[in-house]
Amino acid sequence: MSPILNIKNLSKSFKTGDQVLKILEDINFSLNEQETFAIVGPSGSGKTTLLGLCAGLDDTSGGTIELCGVDLGSLNEDERAILRNQKVGFIFQDFQLLPSLTALENVIVPLELQGDKNASAVGKELLEKVGLGARLNHYPSQLSGGEQQRVAMARAFSNRPTILFADEPTGNLDEESGKNVVKLLLDLNKEAGTTLIIVTHDLELAKQTQRMIVIKGGKIFKEETNA
Amino acid sequence: MNQLKSKTQIGWLLKMAWRDWRSSRKKLYLFIASIVLGISAVVAIQSFGSNLKVKIKADSKSLMGADFIIDSRQVPTEKVLKIVDSLGYKAREINFASMAFFPKNEGSKLIKVSGYEGLFPIYGEVKTRPITAAESYKTDKGALVDATTMLQFDLQLGDSIKVGEVTLPIVGALKSVPGKSAISASIMPPVFIPFELIGQTGLIQKGSRVEYQFYFKTDELTNLKRLEKELLPILDLESADLDTHVSAGKQLGDGYNNFGKFLNLVAFTALLLGCLGIASATNIYIKEKNKAIAVLKCIGVTRKQTFLIYLFQIIFIGFIGSLFGTILGVGLQQLFPVLLGDFLPVNVSFAVIPSVVLLGLTIGIIMSVVFSLYPLISTWFVTPNQVLRAQETAGKKKKILGFIVGPIVALTVFLFSYLLLGELLYSLIFLGGIVVVFTLIRLIAGIFIKLIKSLFPKKWSFPARQGLSNLFRPGNQTITLILCIGVGVFLINTLYLAKDALISSTSFQKNVETPNILLLDVQKEDIKAISKTIQSFNQPVLDQIPVIAMKVHSINGVRATTLKEDSTNGIKNWVLDGQFRASYRDSLVKSESLLDGDWIGRVDDVEVIPISIDIGFKKAAKLEIGDRIEFNIQGVLMETEIKSIRKIEWSQMKMNFSVIFPEGALNNAPQTNVLTTQAPTDEIAAKMQQKLVMAHPSVTVIDLRSVMGLVENILSKIAWVINFLALFSILTGFIVLIGAVRTSKFQRLKENAMLRTIGATSKQIFKMTAVEYIILGILGSIPGTTLSFIGAQLLATYSFKTDLIVSWIPLFLVPGLVVVFVTFIGLANNRKIMKTSPKEILRNGSV
Repeated sequence: MSPILNIKNLSKSFKTGDQVLKILEDINFSLNEQETFAIVGPSGSGKTTLLGLCAGLDDTSGGTIELCGVDLGSLNEDERAILRNQKVGFIFQDFQLLPSLTALENVIVPLELQGDKNASAVGKELLEKVGLGARLNHYPSQLSGGEQQRVAMARAFSNRPTILFADEPTGNLDEESGKNVVKLLLDLNKEAGTTLIIVTHDLELAKQTQRMIVIKGGKIFKEETNA
Repeated sequence: MNQLKSKTQIGWLLKMAWRDWRSSRKKLYLFIASIVLGISAVVAIQSFGSNLKVKIKADSKSLMGADFIIDSRQVPTEKVLKIVDSLGYKAREINFASMAFFPKNEGSKLIKVSGYEGLFPIYGEVKTRPITAAESYKTDKGALVDATTMLQFDLQLGDSIKVGEVTLPIVGALKSVPGKSAISASIMPPVFIPFELIGQTGLIQKGSRVEYQFYFKTDELTNLKRLEKELLPILDLESADLDTHVSAGKQLGDGYNNFGKFLNLVAFTALLLGCLGIASATNIYIKEKNKAIAVLKCIGVTRKQTFLIYLFQIIFIGFIGSLFGTILGVGLQQLFPVLLGDFLPVNVSFAVIPSVVLLGLTIGIIMSVVFSLYPLISTWFVTPNQVLRAQETAGKKKKILGFIVGPIVALTVFLFSYLLLGELLYSLIFLGGIVVVFTLIRLIAGIFIKLIKSLFPKKWSFPARQGLSNLFRPGNQTITLILCIGVGVFLINTLYLAKDALISSTSFQKNVETPNILLLDVQKEDIKAISKTIQSFNQPVLDQIPVIAMKVHSINGVRATTLKEDSTNGIKNWVLDGQFRASYRDSLVKSESLLDGDWIGRVDDVEVIPISIDIGFKKAAKLEIGDRIEFNIQGVLMETEIKSIRKIEWSQMKMNFSVIFPEGALNNAPQTNVLTTQAPTDEIAAKMQQKLVMAHPSVTVIDLRSVMGLVENILSKIAWVINFLALFSILTGFIVLIGAVRTSKFQRLKENAMLRTIGATSKQIFKMTAVEYIILGILGSIPGTTLSFIGAQLLATYSFKTDLIVSWIPLFLVPGLVVVFVTFIGLANNRKIMKTSPKEILRNGSV
């Protein structure tokens, strides 16, 4: 079975004036289908940068990333966007819903992009599933943080992704909402059989995945398999 | 990789554009308002111009009263008479300017006397009161007098009018004559008398300025162009002319075109100012959308698709703005016949012109897109990674973007100005002017901000320092606001100063030596008697100037008719067409100076006569010293050579001539004289005119004061139209200003809320805002005012040939009011912020 995500010798650095700032260095790991995976580490360790690179949101400074069997380095920005639309789902710490779209419209955008004529029905079903069947036409500003994150989850699963990236999904939520969101995320993931990568500070959450790596100073400090 | 192709339909992109616009439309109302007025001004002027042209074309026959006219400013030669007889004229007219005397109240006025024989007008109608008078005056042996003149002199039907030696009863009031505008009638009001009485007036003498016109009707098959081409050279030799209704209509249309072009420019400038508002609004709008763009890219929307989502929004907004502007413009065009009615020979009716509506919509949409191009293209550079962390778009890419967008904006402005002006050079000058003004104001704004930064007053109070530093904080709108204020002040002031300079260029100096009464058509033998009449009022005869009527027959051996056919030689038509008046004297006068060559004041019996021409004539006829002109003086050809070039100060209102012959060359040529004098009061002027008209009916008396009153009246009407259009620029400027200040509100919102959270009082925030906007107003007004004075000085010097009139309105009042207005908008804007709780702002990000 070929891996869904295969990272080899990945590095990322930024130039600020004359200085070169190394964010990530010599990162290697791979993920198989339906595997759940966590990236943990302290603030500024480079975990969000790593997530962005894995999802093709940014360019690498060195090394290769293969996502769903495609070398991201060989794709231009638009091809990467289309690949994301077909294979990838996202959940962000600050939800990142489009403020001018209703909950339902936010959920169905990835499907509409694929030209799916059944988008609206799928969107409604997903929102029912996350408990927001009554809030279909509400704008993000009319929803609480927990509700917004549930809409974001519905959007993430709407295009039936092969792999789902979650960046601190509970970071902006209170404890109870956080717990509910995590439960929902893992349940949906299990049901859909999606590969899941979660970036988090929360060790409790990380331990609920099958595997995790700890990043420190831009390098993999530790790799663990959870029970 | 074939799988990685977007399946997205255009319909979805439109749907996304609509969804995005739906929740943000409030922010874009001012965007729409910015272009509404500019578009409406362009559409109104274009619609009016097109309707006028259509009307002139449709009415060209009734404007002329015939299909074509043959006219001569001298008694028609036998050859001319043969031609008009063979062509079979339907009507003929003899007309001349003369003084009319009204015995009822002993009033006198310069009028245009016409006598018609036959069917006039062939097309159109002469409107009179009573209606039947239009025909019955001929049999009743009465006169038809211009209706306004009758009102002025309190004349009733049955009162008398004396023209020359003839006294007639007034049998009708002339309400309108084909092809005559209210203005031309007010300069020289028309009076019709029976044709057979023309001779009895005794006013047709040798050298009198009499016009003989023959009116013709043709069938539809007659090729008027060919007729003109064939007959004109023959008639020209006989000092006669031929005008067809087509060419006359075209001339009328061209006459409006020049003024229309100027009005178009004023309107287009209002639109450009609005575009500045569009650029500013879109810039902020797209900046606020950066995060949403990053999210869209993150979930799979391509760069092209993102660009299109926002492009469609701009097209939609541009369309809405243009639609409102076009509707308003179509309605406003009805105002122009009211404003310009006196200048028009036809009644322009209201009509919606599809091509103008299309132009309005196209200009609005294209300008909206072009002026939004910079922020629109910048969506291309938003990376999906901005979802994870905010990052600035690379400066290098932005600079490249600027280099691409700048020329596109310039080219669009140039193309539209060319479309409206129709002249390459003027369009380039207009574009150059706009670029220079924008660049200078931008540069000055930049320098001011650098100066404020480097000389920052550290000892000022906290609110004042905070307000001042808001000018160069990230996300500031300083440059946009200064540009907007500066260009607005520049436009308002330049129009104001130009209007003043234009009016001053035509007003004459009222000193003792300046004549204010001109006596035309004075025959040699009458000079003594007329001088005596003038002296009986204790006034001197200031000048006695001989006047000889002539036409250009050939230039450097090439016949005028041949030169006229060649449109590439650059010689103006009026040089070759018209009969103009020259004089002779032995010395230069005060109002002129020698530019080049030698002044020759006297000659005795030479074959080639040395002449002097003025610089305007030199340019119009493309002449140099040494060139030869052959003049036709009432049938006699006279060879001349240009020996000197003069510059005439036309604004001095002296009797000046483009061509001056030396003493001795034309002394025996058929001539009339002009005498000038000075009447110190209106009463003396009226009495002098009355006595002169009674004693010397053939003499035409012109009271320059009333002429100047008329000119000033015309200019004030023109100024009114200009001011009316300037109002569009001013209102647009205000809208753009409100828009720019409102957008800057979103930048300041959280900052002020934060300041209030940590304890800043409303008074302190009020002070900060006041300082910021007062300085913004001043920074915009200073370059705007300075540039307007430079612009107006250039206009005054090179265009109006006059001095700049510096008055306190453009210097202090306009900039002062603008500063107050800017501060008011800024403070009004902040009031809402101050009324809302900081918690609400920090939580929602908006009020």
